[in-house]
Amino acid sequence: MRAFARLIDDLVYTRSRNAKIALIVDYLRVTPDPDRGWALAALTDAIDLPAVKSATIRALAEQRVDSVLVAMSRAYVGDTAETVALIWEAPGAGAGKDILLSEVVETLAPLSRADAPAVLAAMLDRIEPESRYALLKLATGGMRVGVSARLAKVAFAEAFSVSVDAVDEYWHALTPPYAALFAWGEGTGETPDLTDTAWFRPFMLAHPLEDGTVSLDDFVAEWKWDGIRVELVGTASDRRLFSRGGEEIGRAFPEIVEALDFIGVLDGELMVRGDAQGGEAASFNALQQRLGRKTVTRKMMTDYPPFVRLYDVLEAGGRDLRALPWTERRTALDSIAAALPPDRFDLSRLIDAPDFAALSAIRDSARDAAIEGVMLKRRDSPYVSGRKTGLWYKWKRDPLSADCVMMYAQRGNGRRASFYSDYTFGCWTEDGELLPVGKAYSGFSDEELKWLDRFVRTHTLNRFGPVCEVEKSLVLEVAFDSIHTSKRHKSGLAMRFPRIKRIRRDKPAAEADRIATLQALAT
Amino acid sequence: MSAEKLAAEQPPARHWIAADRTGIHVRPADIWIDPSVPRANALITHGHADHARGGHGQSIATAETLAIMNLRYGTEGGQALSYGEVIERGNVRISLHPAGHVLGSAQILLEHGGERVVVSGDYKVRPDPTCVPFEPVPCDIFITEATFGLPVFRHPPIEQEVARLLNARAANPDRCVLVGAYALGKAQRVIAELRRASHADPIYLHGALEKMCALYQSLGVDLGDLRLVSEVQKEDLRGRIILCPPSALTDRWSRRLPDPITAMASGWMRVRQRARAKQVELPLVISDHADWDELTGTIALLRPKETWVTHGAEEALVHWCQTHQMRARALAVAGYEDEDD
Repeated sequence: MRAFARLIDDLVYTRSRNAKIALIVDYLRVTPDPDRGWALAALTDAIDLPAVKSATIRALAEQRVDSVLVAMSRAYVGDTAETVALIWEAPGAGAGKDILLSEVVETLAPLSRADAPAVLAAMLDRIEPESRYALLKLATGGMRVGVSARLAKVAFAEAFSVSVDAVDEYWHALTPPYAALFAWGEGTGETPDLTDTAWFRPFMLAHPLEDGTVSLDDFVAEWKWDGIRVELVGTASDRRLFSRGGEEIGRAFPEIVEALDFIGVLDGELMVRGDAQGGEAASFNALQQRLGRKTVTRKMMTDYPPFVRLYDVLEAGGRDLRALPWTERRTALDSIAAALPPDRFDLSRLIDAPDFAALSAIRDSARDAAIEGVMLKRRDSPYVSGRKTGLWYKWKRDPLSADCVMMYAQRGNGRRASFYSDYTFGCWTEDGELLPVGKAYSGFSDEELKWLDRFVRTHTLNRFGPVCEVEKSLVLEVAFDSIHTSKRHKSGLAMRFPRIKRIRRDKPAAEADRIATLQALAT
Repeated sequence: MSAEKLAAEQPPARHWIAADRTGIHVRPADIWIDPSVPRANALITHGHADHARGGHGQSIATAETLAIMNLRYGTEGGQALSYGEVIERGNVRISLHPAGHVLGSAQILLEHGGERVVVSGDYKVRPDPTCVPFEPVPCDIFITEATFGLPVFRHPPIEQEVARLLNARAANPDRCVLVGAYALGKAQRVIAELRRASHADPIYLHGALEKMCALYQSLGVDLGDLRLVSEVQKEDLRGRIILCPPSALTDRWSRRLPDPITAMASGWMRVRQRARAKQVELPLVISDHADWDELTGTIALLRPKETWVTHGAEEALVHWCQTHQMRARALAVAGYEDEDD
């Protein structure tokens, strides 16, 4: 626990991604099994000790310290595990011994809610004070150290000089403490056996089509839908739904998992149906109502019914199709899609265009809220993970843009900690009031950032903690992919992917766009 | 306990000492302790801005505190009192006793009508090479601070924190370690503790720390070789320890430094998410205030008839006293704050 506690503390205070990776790499290399596996599981929130909850450890603290003081401390600290770690009063004798992560997990996992607290208390008494926070976080889950599953995989790959793709593949096949994964990584074990395991295959991604054209003899065109990219995996005993980063999201979409009566691996776009479009796909905004939920209410299922628009097939009936050309995979996909429940699965249609110019015209005229642009896929492309040049291109609709006025600015993180780099901007109402319509923190060059930072510092009107209110005088041309109506914002609008396109020093603030102009663009 | 009985048991000090938002008033002497608005007569516990202000008719404090006030606020004169020296004003005997908080910091003992009242000001009980150590003063009424008055605050030994600072420096010879530290007291204590840990290299300062460090040195606190960041090239700062006020950590000023490791010396750094929110990479839990065990331990040692709590987490400390069968109440003195400690 001592080494893990140090890792957690270092990760808490480290902001750079590379430095975080380096810390995890060092830890994985020197820590023996099975503790490093449990650590990896803890970092990626894959440990479940149902007998230990936040309320459990709070009750434990209240056995040692006056409950009023615990409550006041919790209110100040803002995190129960940290409060209990800091407040814990242990009898001196016996303290200071280390404990293995495996011992913690194996001891606590089988215990009931009635038995776990006393055992956990004994552990807290036994270990060094510096390790208590790590132990409590391990037991209650939710590390809050800024490590995503992706980052942990990259660190694993780097620690053992294996490919991230392979780690990606095996990761989901195995359960903590991942002994087979480490054995494989170190070259002392076989490649993990993945039969009958619903594991995540890394996605094939596309390059943006900058300028230029492709020949439709070599490429097919299909719509690029504005949902979230998902992978569906079915085996004889398991069904899973993965997001772009390989996170399992099946619990948020039980209807999809339920309907996935298929053995193999499919690639598609998860969306929800919108009534406004007569049963067609609704905007990304509607999908957001269903994302990130741990449980789903009946009402959500009725109001936002999800479905998957299928793009590709990677495996079917135990056969790996990834090396086949796209045309053959598409033929297989046609018949697979036909056999799946139509309310939950449909097929991404191809765009019928005689030539590139015609395709360009079709793309420009597409007004469907759920369309983000056009995908161009080489007819003979195999399914390969990542972005391989020349195979797939995404050709997004031209971004929309608006002239907005900077209203607030906030300092960034890490390298940008001393720069005001996050800007909130607004447009004018008919009554001449400025209402925020979005927030952006990219799109500008380093030089422009310096200029913007200086502008904020010399035009600050008010400070609210980390936020500066600035004089409403600077016009920013903001590019965005789409704009939606939103009840969450006072302006009633929410932009998707806003970024600063240009600083319009030449334009008076009064001539910036009106809310009504943006409303006309909303889908 | 009935209301009458409670009133009968109230100590007389409740009548001759009054507190309001602007400070603590000692009525028979007509003198204010750490007033936040100008008063004819002021008793100043120490030089921090939330306790010492300019504009009073006459300020009484230690010679060190008066010198600090003169440097920071341009105040002149004042009546200097040595620790233990007694003066009498309007039938109140007044004396100052070491508080161990910063150079010149004092507790104030007030004796009147056979009653002894101690105002702790800000204090700490741990040794500090830059000031005279805290002395517990027996009393009937103890008026205490409670800046770190929650049981989550337990300051580790300073040697441990200084070792972490030196380790970070040693592990990163190509970077520098930038330590945010309160300009009065904390900065000098960190430097003195570095010297005690045999760190003899020059230590570099943000301009805002220069004069206070010079004053400490002129008052006999040895801080060793100090230099200004503004007088050296960026390259010469690699592998160096640099001190600045906390506000300069994320200021544009820090851009001139070679890849600084951002450290902060403060008791607040004990709370991880708080340190993280301040974007600190190396939180150093170094405080010039008593921690929870020391606040409660001092009250338990003094066993006053009543404890009055001026500022900080007063509710928690009052609650603790009451659950330990000691009378306590919170005074509503506003304006003291120690975000930077």
